[in-house]
Amino acid sequence: MGQIKLNQVSKSFGTVEVIPPLDLTIENGEFVVFVGPSGCGKSTLLRLIAGLEDVTSGHVMIDGVDATSIPPAKRGLAMVFQSYALYPHMSVRKNIAFPLRMAGLDKAEQDRRVRQAAEVLNLTDYLDRRPGQLSGGQRQRVAIGRAIVREPKAFLFDEPLSNLDAALRVGMRLEISELHKRLKTTMIYVTHDQVEAMTMADKIVVLQAGVIEQVGSPLELYQRPRNTFVAGFIGSPKMNLIGGAEAEKHGAATIGIRPEHIDINEKDGLWQGTVGVSEHLGSDTFFHIQCGVSPEPITVRATGEKAFEYGAKVHLTPRPEHLHRFDAKGLRIA
Amino acid sequence: MARAVTPRRKALNTFAAWLIGLIIFFPILWIFVLSFKTEGNAILPPLDVLRAPWTFESYGIVQDRSDYFKHFGNSVILAFGSTLLGLIIAVPAAWAMAFVPGKRTKDILMWMLSTKMLPAVGVLYPIYLMFIKLGLLDSRIGLVIVLMLINLPIIVWMLYTYFREIPGEILEAARMDGATLREEILYVLTPMALPGMASTVLLNVILAWNEAFWTLNLTAAKAAPLTAFIASYSSPEGLFYAKLSAASVMAIAPILIMGWFSQKQLVRGLTFGAVK
Repeated sequence: MGQIKLNQVSKSFGTVEVIPPLDLTIENGEFVVFVGPSGCGKSTLLRLIAGLEDVTSGHVMIDGVDATSIPPAKRGLAMVFQSYALYPHMSVRKNIAFPLRMAGLDKAEQDRRVRQAAEVLNLTDYLDRRPGQLSGGQRQRVAIGRAIVREPKAFLFDEPLSNLDAALRVGMRLEISELHKRLKTTMIYVTHDQVEAMTMADKIVVLQAGVIEQVGSPLELYQRPRNTFVAGFIGSPKMNLIGGAEAEKHGAATIGIRPEHIDINEKDGLWQGTVGVSEHLGSDTFFHIQCGVSPEPITVRATGEKAFEYGAKVHLTPRPEHLHRFDAKGLRIA
Repeated sequence: MARAVTPRRKALNTFAAWLIGLIIFFPILWIFVLSFKTEGNAILPPLDVLRAPWTFESYGIVQDRSDYFKHFGNSVILAFGSTLLGLIIAVPAAWAMAFVPGKRTKDILMWMLSTKMLPAVGVLYPIYLMFIKLGLLDSRIGLVIVLMLINLPIIVWMLYTYFREIPGEILEAARMDGATLREEILYVLTPMALPGMASTVLLNVILAWNEAFWTLNLTAAKAAPLTAFIASYSSPEGLFYAKLSAASVMAIAPILIMGWFSQKQLVRGLTFGAVK
């Protein structure tokens, strides 16, 4: 089991309210990602669930039990930290066994579970090393090992991949997703990287300034962003947001169109523009086009390799079925 | 650009380092030399002193006239006792300030350090009078308390800086792993802070061992440590160089030997955790 429910949970540091009262339900077995720009309160929210921070008001319910005043050690949750937070004076074996030792399990059971976790995480050959002798990816695996041995109600990940290099990050992302499929345990994952959020989550919680902007599946967020913040935050490259006269034509204060939903050619189209920088990724090409409709350049994503000279005149046509409309407050117009 | 180290520059640096080292060490060396001379030879011009015969005479007289081992025992009790008592108070204090800092933590630390800037004589009379009233004059327990109080700011500061080096996330990880506060301190914090704690103990033992103002003013005979033992050889009738030197060598030898064997820890301690 591992259902986590936040009822009107808020957090203030002194007089500064970082999280105004919010409600959120995380169902058993779900992979939920908290995503938002740095300083949006996503880590604080995770620490409130963990019990590492006290809530200012409201209740944290774990499996229907009010855990608000239960210390972190007794909540039955495991956490993986950004800095790995391994015990530097203990071997990998002792690091992984630590939560079991604290739980008072006998030595044989500790050994059995450590061996099992080490096998799952490919750490068997490193059990007698110290954390200082491991690479970043291995350390991260030890941290995950320490979390899985005790079979917690839920895993909490606090930006676990941000200290790894790009290649390793993709690999670990897959490993964590696979772990979730295998264990089927609730996971709450904090990141500022929307690619991680989109690829891993069952449900994404987008936060800004401590406020939940939208909760939904990755595709819901991509297809129907509730406001301009979510629209601009989810998706890479960013959605083009255009205001002014062009938006008024559609009866909106702002219209949004994703780079992949704009057709580009040299002959004719709705908007005319000049090609700026192009980014060639092989599989895709991103064009940044200076257009009359918006002071910001419009980003266009073309599949495969396409070439337009720097400074060339081109025509853009947004596909009408993919146009997002937002009112003056930035909210989606249905 | 890195500066090129030519052999000549290297030789020059080595020479300068040795020269400065010798100048600093010279008084101790000279005390050592004088302690092996007779009282008459010790006041000769320097070169004649070196040429004079070497003898253990002064050491014999010093041991006969005043009980070295009694003073040594008192020094050990005062140095280690005050350090241990200080640790018992300072560990929880430093833990609290390092890991659950409040709004006034920095102020408290500065205030504690500021007490070290107060001239000790300023509080001599109040403390002296309190000692008379409490019957603590010339008692080991009284001196242990005073020495502990004098070094407490340093112990707290040192432990605080060492504890601050330990990432808070590791302690939070221990808490998430189900460790109670006691287990967290026992299995995670202490092993990680052990090198720092060792440096702290070492430095404070030395400071307490060498402390002369309070030990001289608050003791007479019973609780007198080695500082009083040395001081007893500078009497109104004049200085007895050879005996004073012999007494000094006997007093500083234990701490010098201890310091020699723990140089690495000591340097770490003196840099207050700035060097890892």
